[in-house]
Amino acid sequence: MTAEPTFHTRARASLADPQIRANFRNAMDGLMGKRTAAFEGWELEELRTLGAAVRQRALSQLPDLLEQLEANCERNGIRVHWARDGEEACKVITELCQQHQARHVIKGKSMVSEEMELNHHLAGAGIEALESDLGEYIVQLAEETPSHIIMPAIHKNTGEISDLMHAKTGTEPRRDVPYLTSAARQQLRTKFMQADVGISGVNFAVAATGTLCLVENEGNGRLTTTVPPVHIAVTGIEKVVGGLEDVAPLLALLTRSATGQHITTYFNMISGPRPEGHLDGPREVHLVLVDNGRSEIWQDDELLETLRCIRCGACMNHCPVYTRVGGHAYGTTYPGPIGKILMPHLQGLAQTQDLPSASSLCGACGEVCPVKIPIPQLLVRLRREAVDGDKLNPSVVRGHGVKRRRLEALVWRLWAWGHARPALYRFGLALAQRLRFLQPRRLGAWTRHRTAPVLASDSLHARMARRDGGSS
Amino acid sequence: MSAREQILGRLRQRKAAVPASEQPDFSVLTRRQWSAGERLDLFRQQIESVHGEVMRVPREDWLTPLVGWLQQREISTLLAPRQHEVGQTLRAGWTAATGNKGPELRAYDRPIEAWKPELFSEVDAALTSTLGGIAETGSLVLWPDADQPRLMSLVPPIHIAVLDADRIYSNWLELLREQDWAAGMPANALLISGPSKTADIEQTLAYGVHGPAELLVLVRQ
Ligand code: SF4
Repeated sequence: MTAEPTFHTRARASLADPQIRANFRNAMDGLMGKRTAAFEGWELEELRTLGAAVRQRALSQLPDLLEQLEANCERNGIRVHWARDGEEACKVITELCQQHQARHVIKGKSMVSEEMELNHHLAGAGIEALESDLGEYIVQLAEETPSHIIMPAIHKNTGEISDLMHAKTGTEPRRDVPYLTSAARQQLRTKFMQADVGISGVNFAVAATGTLCLVENEGNGRLTTTVPPVHIAVTGIEKVVGGLEDVAPLLALLTRSATGQHITTYFNMISGPRPEGHLDGPREVHLVLVDNGRSEIWQDDELLETLRCIRCGACMNHCPVYTRVGGHAYGTTYPGPIGKILMPHLQGLAQTQDLPSASSLCGACGEVCPVKIPIPQLLVRLRREAVDGDKLNPSVVRGHGVKRRRLEALVWRLWAWGHARPALYRFGLALAQRLRFLQPRRLGAWTRHRTAPVLASDSLHARMARRDGGSS
Repeated sequence: MSAREQILGRLRQRKAAVPASEQPDFSVLTRRQWSAGERLDLFRQQIESVHGEVMRVPREDWLTPLVGWLQQREISTLLAPRQHEVGQTLRAGWTAATGNKGPELRAYDRPIEAWKPELFSEVDAALTSTLGGIAETGSLVLWPDADQPRLMSLVPPIHIAVLDADRIYSNWLELLREQDWAAGMPANALLISGPSKTADIEQTLAYGVHGPAELLVLVRQ
């Protein structure tokens, strides 16, 4: 049996792959520049403060808003379903498909559906689920997973995609983006016409009006939610906001942060199935509200801020780690900084213990996050949880303490004990200074590219005391 | 216990209230205001920056320039509404304006199930009205209905939208407040800002991936 690849082994492999490095570097540089340009002329700090406030307010009223959303959706004719976890959500959706004897499902982009591995479940029930977002379509053809939450196929370049489409769909091997795009359009158009059910995600769910908002550029989301006779929307419970007005700042932040666009081509607001007498639109609309760990995160004031996320991807675009190792190195549905603070809750710290430390804590993610999630702070919190490092505030995240080592804990206890005793501390310090020539020159991975720090012959205290003494 | 009860129960059980945020202050959005002239310029600039086209046309005679545009491109079928004022004007003046040289006018008069393949492959362009425009983002507002169904602005390769210049608002927030959207939303409402596009292949922009490859906005003044 070979060991499961870890973040470290996967990261090492990506770092050694010049193609992956170039693909991500180019894409992320472009996205960072576009974001900056898109916010020109804006009071960005004020806008981020508003975005954070609107999301935080919604979270502070979460149970009420969910009930209000449910009532208003039902009033509009949208059937609402609840699911405790991904498994249950998959079951609900599979059953809905089976009720309609669905064989072919067409999908718009939905990260929640990736999170719960919906396609896999549907396939198990003999239902073919086809991704229609171009990036997702490419990733599905390659039998891979998305490497970015906004740009799923960003790890591939045109040549790779052309080869893939040639091999899987018989297109001509041409490195010509408009050609490849129109070939995909042709292939998917027939699928849209045949599909029995359309499945989409939701960007914002508006409680006051019972409205599901979808943000997209391609039009595949609109086709998915309009052409098939049944539309199933699936979303995490945290996506709800109070009223339509709350959506305005979030939309302004989302598209500019994500891709540097002032707005996407389509902003699609769905508040019900096809009304009597109308000529298109699905006859049935269902909304599946998925918890999957979110109500747990929500119990803790600090961790709860994670749920403000609007999935713009800016944190990964600006992350020096993500930019170098790419999305697949994380091995999780959500890669990059948001993945590092979210996945430990979804999968438990035991499975994700490397993630909170896969960061230099440079702070770029927190600085660009449109809803001001203090990502670096949350990473530190999760690192502490992983070693049960805070006696006063007991750990709460599933799998906490997984990285706690007896020896390490003992060392820190001794350290604390020694520092609480001045005489002992001074003695220890003097001893260490005398014996500093014994200090090891190699400190594992740290010294592979750096020199080891050397203890000074004198403490800062002593120097300051001397300086003060001299100047008086 | 049902999933619903259990999820809501867990949320209701929280020991202390969630720290609420400071009162949201929307002025950062609402203070972005422009004069009517600036709004039109900005709208045009935004639409053009995403590969859309704006044509300013006189309110009394917008058919002539439209027909010129269509005939120059040799469009053979145009889908247009029947009830809405733009549809009525268009239909009333069509023969005179086109001199019977086409394009042929069609109507979305059956449920989609009855003519899916036709709509998907035989219609070159569709014309719709709009409820307004948004200067800041170069967006059109559409509320599809029985006369102008959802797929009109999506399936044909060219979408032509008629917009009245005096209905261009500064931003979406202002528009939804003034048109009182909170009072009741239609089954489907849309903001459309340019033709369908993708950058999913190596960040290279390509148009018309699933929806129209071209968007023409007729601004009536
Ligand atoms: S954490 Fe912030 S920056 Fe990252 S995806 Fe979520 S909203 Fe965007």
